Amino acid sequence: MAAAAGHATIFQDWGSDVSTFKGVPWGKAMMWIFLLSDTFIFSCFLTGYMTVRTTTAEPWPNASEVFGLTAFGYPVPLLLIAIMTFDLITSSGTMALAVNYGYRREKRKAVWLICATAIFGLVFVFMQMFEWYKLIFVDGVRPWVNPWGAEQFGACFFMITGFHGLHVSAGVAYLFIIARRVHKGKYDHTNYEIIEIVGLYWHFVDLVWVFIFAFFYLW
Amino acid sequence: MSSEDVGQQHPLGIYWAVWIGLFIVSGLSYATDYLQDGLLRWGLILLFMFVKAGYIVAIFMHLKYERWALIYALLLPPGALLVLVGLMWMESDYTWLTRVQYFDAPLNPEPAPVVHPE
Repeated sequence: MAAAAGHATIFQDWGSDVSTFKGVPWGKAMMWIFLLSDTFIFSCFLTGYMTVRTTTAEPWPNASEVFGLTAFGYPVPLLLIAIMTFDLITSSGTMALAVNYGYRREKRKAVWLICATAIFGLVFVFMQMFEWYKLIFVDGVRPWVNPWGAEQFGACFFMITGFHGLHVSAGVAYLFIIARRVHKGKYDHTNYEIIEIVGLYWHFVDLVWVFIFAFFYLW
Repeated sequence: MSSEDVGQQHPLGIYWAVWIGLFIVSGLSYATDYLQDGLLRWGLILLFMFVKAGYIVAIFMHLKYERWALIYALLLPPGALLVLVGLMWMESDYTWLTRVQYFDAPLNPEPAPVVHPE
């Protein structure tokens, strides 16, 4: 099935005069299309960040120092960001397992794994709140003020990580709602593809973080 | 249509393998922070970024197992973004040169050392 079916299927599927995405439930197709539009939003933010960073003649602060923390007396660059990255990957793993157990009709395991995913997501949001708190109240960074150089740094940071954090927060709520509904048996008559749909959203949030981590924190 | 046509059921092993792979690549990605700025560092950042994104999209989001009609519908439109990035890149170079030339901005300003008030 699937990708192995060959490129000729593209024309057959699109020209079939019935639903194009064969074997894809409507909810899943719509989630994919939503994620595609979300890709454009985040890409516009990152492109805007690239533009202000390459146009400014002011120095850009070194992110690994800005987000560095001191652990056991040693300065560690990007310590909190690294923990957040691993936390989000862990949540992606539990999400993938939840989807798998859903299709195996092992409902109990699937529900627990969705809840675990949501809790890892919550932990991420709290770490981000700590990061924002430190940057705003300790270092005094604002969207229009930056003690270490270009003001655009604050504008980009709050815009990009803020929008991503909103996605994570919404995802946590979405996950808990779906976990509750699966637990109550609302999807027992289906294949539990709803878990794959919420999973797509969650993996996308992790995917966006991969790009933010590379371009904003490491570059 | 059998149930495999709708669901995405694959052996658990592949998820564990990808999961561990993502941890390792993230670790490597983080390690690039210790390299000096330069082509090697930037190349590695991009490489690890694309490897991670590929793993997530292909395996965790099951795109690898979908039909080509869906794969192309999702992967081709973001190509338009490359045009946007290219245009903004060219434009930004010009803006920066203008600022350096007319606003007397320094060519290679050193960022102020980051000191966290305590």
